[in-house]
Amino acid sequence: MTVPLTLLGLLEREPSHGYDLKRDYDTFFGRGKPLPYGQVYSTLSRLARDGKVVVSDVEPGAGPDRKRYVITDRGATEVEHWLTEPVEPEPHLQTVLFAKVVLALMLGRPAEEYLDTQRAAHLRRMRELTEVKRAGGLVDVMLADHGLYHLEADLRWIEMAGARLDALRKAVRR
Amino acid sequence: MTVTIEARDVTFSFGETQALRGASLAVEAGEIVAVMGPSGSGKSTLLHCLAGILVPDSGEVRFGDVRLDTLGEAERSALRRDRFGFVFQFGQLVPELTAAENVALPLLLGGVRRGPALRSARAWFERLGLGGLEHRRSGELSGGQAQRVALARGLVARPQVLFADEPTGALDSLTGEEVMDLLVDTAREQGTTVVLVTHEPRVAAYADREVVVRDGRVNAPAGVGS
Repeated sequence: MTVPLTLLGLLEREPSHGYDLKRDYDTFFGRGKPLPYGQVYSTLSRLARDGKVVVSDVEPGAGPDRKRYVITDRGATEVEHWLTEPVEPEPHLQTVLFAKVVLALMLGRPAEEYLDTQRAAHLRRMRELTEVKRAGGLVDVMLADHGLYHLEADLRWIEMAGARLDALRKAVRR
Repeated sequence: MTVTIEARDVTFSFGETQALRGASLAVEAGEIVAVMGPSGSGKSTLLHCLAGILVPDSGEVRFGDVRLDTLGEAERSALRRDRFGFVFQFGQLVPELTAAENVALPLLLGGVRRGPALRSARAWFERLGLGGLEHRRSGELSGGQAQRVALARGLVARPQVLFADEPTGALDSLTGEEVMDLLVDTAREQGTTVVLVTHEPRVAAYADREVVVRDGRVNAPAGVGS
């Protein structure tokens, strides 16, 4: 789910070719797991089919990698929606949050506000689990604790990301 | 709901260092609000301004209809003694006094005679799982027991507002949880408003809502209301 939205976000920054998109994706988000070319082009085809990107021009002698993709209003709206909506608080969501924070900084958007929204969503879930603990038996307590400690780990990452936003902004912006 | 305690556009500096830069926070009666934020963000300074321990350089602090920031030290001191309770992280108990005398302290300072004050204080010991420890001094109590005694002292005079600054900061997770359970249960029972400063999300999760202090200002997270 993250790959199409991340590619869309990269296209919002500037129109781009598939090759350049893959390079940028691998640089910032791939981290040892490069995006296969096939997945880049199949994703771009689906985004074009759904009206989220259009092909602006095809360079002479064009192979599949010579098309220049441009984000549409529909695509930009989807990126906006994705960035501003908090992720469902559950363990192991750092990669999605990471992608959102980096893209927000690339696009000059208020990453700090997104982190605040996410923190609020996490704490809301933690309040629910705390209530479960206070009302429940030992089994509920143990299960709620498992969720609470994982959510707390996410929150620590959110705090650290917040403290490092300025440095990260410099690292990812051109 | 009526607002119990409120800071409006409060600023405060320690010498050259500006700790609060226009902080605003309104807490409703009976509400439990967690004040979060990184170290040095100004969250404890905000608590001290709300509690009338510090007087802001500018802005207003209101307790009901009373302007705390314009009161003299003696009036603020009386207000703190009669209407507010406090629980801090460390070193709160007077080592020369027994646990029961420590709990009775706010009542004694408020003019209640020793006998009735100690009777009221002792009633808290069973309630907080401290039965039999009334005569111990702070050095003879575990960290969790001492913090429960401190909590009893903070609540014994039935304050309208309890100010708690990192109340579980010195405790292990399980003991901290027991203290927070007791704090929330007793505050709810008495209808006490709680301003809870903490950097720990698991402690903040006991509150009705949280605010985040950053660079001396209060951010109320989007979508989170009281």
